[in-house]
Amino acid sequence: MNKLIVSPAPHVHSGNSIRKEMVSVLIALIPAYLVALYYFGVGAIIVSVTSVISCVIFEYLIQKFLIKGENTVSDYSAVLTGLLLSFNLPSNLPVWIVVIGALVAIGVGKMSFGGLGNNPFNPALVGRVFLLISFPVQMTSWPRPIAWNTAYLDAETSATALSALKEHLGNIPSLFDMFVGNMGGSMGEVSALALLLGFVYLLFKRTITWHIPVSILLTVFIMTGIFYLVNPQTYVSPIIHLLSGGLMLGAIFMATDFVTSPMTKTGMTIYGIGIGIITVVIRMFGSYPEGVSFAILIMNAFTPLINTYIKPKRFGEVRKNG
Amino acid sequence: MNLILASVVSLGGIGALSAVILYFIAQKFHVEEDARIDEVEAVLPAANCGGCGFPGCRAFAAACVTADTLDNLSCPVGGTATMEKVADILGKKAAAVVPTIAVVRCGGTCEMREKTNSYDGVKSCTIVHNLYGGETGCSWGCLGLGDCEVSCTFDAIHINPETMLPEVDEDKCTACGACVKACPKNIIELRRKGPKSRRIYVNCVNKDKGAVNKKVCKVACIGCSKCFNVCPYEAIEMGNNLAYIDSEKCKLCRKCVEVCPTNAIVELNFPPRKTKIEEPSTTGTEK
Amino acid sequence: MKTFKMGGVHPPENKFSAGKKTKIISLPQQVIIPLRHYSGNPSVAEVSRGEIVKVGQLIGRANGFISANVHSSVSGKVSKIDNAMDAFGYKFPAVFIDVIGDDWLDEVDLSPEVKRVCNLEPHEIIKKVAEAGIVGLGGATFPTHVKLSIPQGKKAEVLIINGAECEPYLTCDHQLMLEKGEEIIIGISILMKAIRVKKAIIGIESNKMDAVLNLEKWAKTMEGIEVVPLKVKYPQGSEKQLIQALTGREVPSGALPIEVGAVVQNVATTFAVYEAVQKNKPLIERIITVTGKSVPEPGNYWVRIGTPFTHIIEETGGMPQDTGKVVAGGPMMGRALPSLDLSVAKGTSSILFIPSSESKRGKVFNCIRCAKCVFHCPMGLEPYLLMNQGEKQMWENMEENRVMDCIECGSCSFICPSNRPLVDYIRYGKSTVGTMIRNRKTQKS
Repeated sequence: MNKLIVSPAPHVHSGNSIRKEMVSVLIALIPAYLVALYYFGVGAIIVSVTSVISCVIFEYLIQKFLIKGENTVSDYSAVLTGLLLSFNLPSNLPVWIVVIGALVAIGVGKMSFGGLGNNPFNPALVGRVFLLISFPVQMTSWPRPIAWNTAYLDAETSATALSALKEHLGNIPSLFDMFVGNMGGSMGEVSALALLLGFVYLLFKRTITWHIPVSILLTVFIMTGIFYLVNPQTYVSPIIHLLSGGLMLGAIFMATDFVTSPMTKTGMTIYGIGIGIITVVIRMFGSYPEGVSFAILIMNAFTPLINTYIKPKRFGEVRKNG
Repeated sequence: MNLILASVVSLGGIGALSAVILYFIAQKFHVEEDARIDEVEAVLPAANCGGCGFPGCRAFAAACVTADTLDNLSCPVGGTATMEKVADILGKKAAAVVPTIAVVRCGGTCEMREKTNSYDGVKSCTIVHNLYGGETGCSWGCLGLGDCEVSCTFDAIHINPETMLPEVDEDKCTACGACVKACPKNIIELRRKGPKSRRIYVNCVNKDKGAVNKKVCKVACIGCSKCFNVCPYEAIEMGNNLAYIDSEKCKLCRKCVEVCPTNAIVELNFPPRKTKIEEPSTTGTEK
Repeated sequence: MKTFKMGGVHPPENKFSAGKKTKIISLPQQVIIPLRHYSGNPSVAEVSRGEIVKVGQLIGRANGFISANVHSSVSGKVSKIDNAMDAFGYKFPAVFIDVIGDDWLDEVDLSPEVKRVCNLEPHEIIKKVAEAGIVGLGGATFPTHVKLSIPQGKKAEVLIINGAECEPYLTCDHQLMLEKGEEIIIGISILMKAIRVKKAIIGIESNKMDAVLNLEKWAKTMEGIEVVPLKVKYPQGSEKQLIQALTGREVPSGALPIEVGAVVQNVATTFAVYEAVQKNKPLIERIITVTGKSVPEPGNYWVRIGTPFTHIIEETGGMPQDTGKVVAGGPMMGRALPSLDLSVAKGTSSILFIPSSESKRGKVFNCIRCAKCVFHCPMGLEPYLLMNQGEKQMWENMEENRVMDCIECGSCSFICPSNRPLVDYIRYGKSTVGTMIRNRKTQKS
């Protein structure tokens, strides 16, 4: 007879795994990816495939030769980082820039801290912001969305709604176009509809809770709403703010990154409100047209602080004075 | 130009102001500290192992300075030499320290003590100890998961992968006692190092009855009292089905080692015995 | 449907033995009756070697406050009083009895009729419960008479009967509620009398609606007993969670249920109380579930306390070939047994065979801070943080983060996508912090 195995309780496990969590996020990204393929065509494929493959390769190499640890590629977190990075890039970005972005995202954003679970900042956003600052021209020439686009580097470019606002160009796409994604922008951020579909899927799978996305979107809506009510001539309606730029993508997929977001529901709400406020401030008063990435990175830095001070409601908590 | 001037003046001003504030704060919160603490700390080994019972070397140094005598204070890492240096600085007398060393009192290797179940979980002795008796039938013996190894700051104790028992590196062990505290089974003991590192000890802590022991471990102390009866110096105590050799009283005569039926008494660093082939010849000549 | 508010998980139920009629396990050749039933001091042996004992005879007297009497579950000759291994793998004193016949003490009422009327005073009931050696049969085996003795200055308002049986696989309480409904209700009325309350609530998870209906039928015959179906969620059977689910009251951190006027008893315990008070029968047998994925015929069995596991396994069709782990109790909080040379204790609720394919724990990865452990913790703790602090032995910080509130339900380890052994470290922290707190108290006094 084999020896009996002894281990502490519990003796059953939910079967949940990091890979399953990552896969469900990947599935939730499919609608947005399909929209990207439709509007940006070949460019979207080249950028996303390059990004994913280089992220995976960099993670493998760094794990093997620098950290000399166990291979972690199989948890699919690098695939997710790669895909999210590409979603934050314009589809006409040259391959070599994408590769640099992937290196920074994985190398600096993730592995330098010890791999998945230890990184204080969202790796995909680290890569994205690095590229945004280093290659401002390439990073802000957005291709015009054309159905079944076959052009890549030579794609016709257009401004995003937000940069149009910033420079008072005035030709903002219609609300419907903004909702389905028929506008210029990073390849994954354009379609609010597709992203919301993904959000519903994530909620259904209980991969994330509603707290972060809803608190970000509500904060942005309320703040821009106040500005709009005070002075409708200078400021655009809050709906446009919600639908434009990387807000939806950021709120649903970037800010909810497990590793870099707070651990309690109250904490998540505070984190979301913080992101919302910083986003609006950058959009309205900053020199960049878009501020979601910066806002998330700044609030990432506050996450440990939030975790330290915001505790969950304890069962049977006795109030000190009561 | 104006901008530069303004920033230089304002920043310089803030700097100067802060310096003044800091100066006064430092004055106000200045703590008078005995300068000898630094001197004492300098001669201590700076291992911060806590073996002396104080949180780190500096706390120990402070205790040495304030104490009236050094009788109850000793640095296990530095030993007598260090304590003499400390005594010189403070003009006190150091108590003589008998050098000790960590001794693992379990001989239940994989061969001697068969596994009856297999543990699957966190590799920590304390957690296993909290959970159950261990992988073998002996619930007293070494669990072999290396809490002692983790606790050692001197790299002096290691689990031997073949026997799954910890082994103490005599050159490195400073008898700080960290492993003694870390071991949930209380197997490790600080014992007298002995002349030329010669030591004799009972390599078992199992307090079950001998008949039960013998089934689970071939080298268990079965409490037969043979060693107790043979010891000429009354160095062996019996209790709870277990023999214990008092290292203070033991004169290292090795009689107990010879009589132990289960080889549970271990001798260390002795020269090899005269082989049995020699014995008959000597007795023969005597006749 | 009612349930507790915070956290909780839904492990697969796997109640294969649900609705299986109880069978009686034959008497073994020898029983080994442990004198220590998981918690508290071992009882002091009252018999000596060679003595002939009858079924129901006292063989171990309670020693100290948290300790219970032990009775012989068989008739025969005491062959020895020696140390025997318990489910922890440690050795504790036990009485070994060679079985001869089945000769019961005369005062035990073995007639099948149900005695409904109980005219005893509360303190007489508690005394009888104490004499019968009844302990909480849910698993914690806390002596029942201690629980029934309400401390001075406190007042019990409601008796809560735990029929939740939230652990997967287990069906022993379920089957008891189906077969012994009337007796359970009488037991409840006796307990109500003992602690002087007018109201009792039985909480049963809604996956056992047949038991709910059966108990409702009998509850109508007594006053003040209510049966409440609960939404299926683990750990509903935990005392504090059950009180919250049924009454909405939250037991304060660090306090006992009596603080909110509640006394909680398991259904199996109430049945034992009925037998002790009405039939003079001490706690010498209980129902256990023998189950597992590859067990050919999972079922519920009446066994005498002290029956060796090997005997039960033999009678119930043997151990499945692919068994990797044998658990006493449910899969969430039960104990993996280091060996089968053990015997049934008062708190043993099941023998669960886990196939070797499911026995090993998964590989542990980094914490990805997904916060699932925080969301699913029924006590509102932060398991990830407690584990980190446990690994670093930061006991004071663990105490601040209320490690002592943990009920060790295992929901955090169950849900963790990285397979982290959260509850292991929390348990470790609990034991260390508990010792720390006790030392502090003794130093003060």
